[in-house]
Amino acid sequence: MTLDEIDHKLLRLLMRDAAQPSSQLARKLGLSQPATWRRIKALREAGVLRGQRLVLDAEALGFGVTVFLGVKLATKGRVSLEDFERTVTAIPEVQTVEHVLGLYDYRLRVVARDLADFERVLRRRIMTLPGVGDVEANVLLSEERRPGPI
Amino acid sequence: MLDDMDRRLLRLWQAEPELTLADLAEACGLTAGKAGRRLDRLRADGVIKGQVAAVDWAALGYAVQVSLRVTLDKTAARAFDDFIAAARQVAEVIEIQTFLGRVDVRLSVVARDLPHYQTIYRDHILTLPHIADIESLMTVAVVKAEEALPI
Repeated sequence: MTLDEIDHKLLRLLMRDAAQPSSQLARKLGLSQPATWRRIKALREAGVLRGQRLVLDAEALGFGVTVFLGVKLATKGRVSLEDFERTVTAIPEVQTVEHVLGLYDYRLRVVARDLADFERVLRRRIMTLPGVGDVEANVLLSEERRPGPI
Repeated sequence: MLDDMDRRLLRLWQAEPELTLADLAEACGLTAGKAGRRLDRLRADGVIKGQVAAVDWAALGYAVQVSLRVTLDKTAARAFDDFIAAARQVAEVIEIQTFLGRVDVRLSVVARDLPHYQTIYRDHILTLPHIADIESLMTVAVVKAEEALPI
């Protein structure tokens, strides 16, 4: 799919606020509402727009700590990767799991109420995962998402 | 303070962000009016920050995603500020995070392919100020991405 400048602007607007009414989007883009809808639909069908994400204030909900873990598997083999992935994705405190190439095999984003709660998750849930080896933890201090090259 | 019903609304909506207010209210056994008032209050209290579109970079032609873990030269007083300000100017950087730990800053970088990535890395990343060390992790597959909170 080739995108033009208006598609890029539409994506940037939706990445900031996906809940705004299409009349408002149309006005910002200088398009009619049906034309705006057609563009949104085309972006969805091309798989560029994958839906929405609800942004919640983790701290207000009692999750004061976010930790990124680099995990190395001690034993590798097809079966152990599948076992590890199945078990790790089922942990509610684990928000994202990425299979990576480099110093670690997996990158996990974990939320916890506080550091004591994080220690509990780490000891009871993460260190007991099948095949888990070295684990490195980095506590998130700040985070900012950029619009990226669009 | 949040009650059980607030949490239930947030849990369901978080799992299915495309649900309409009517569907969400029905799933919680509330009228649309009552559910709407609760969500308005949660927005006003800052618990709900908003809804954003999820963009698939691969579908946009950015097949390569790399996580760069940067250690900064902390002898420079403004190392963090200078580095982050410069990283913001790199269009292909989609995330900037700071950490307490072995890693100081992490950048998420997208590129069209490996030659494109090499160009970005050499011309725009390695030229960022105050880098002491840099490690790369290339994303092979995203196994879980919802970023949901265990409410």
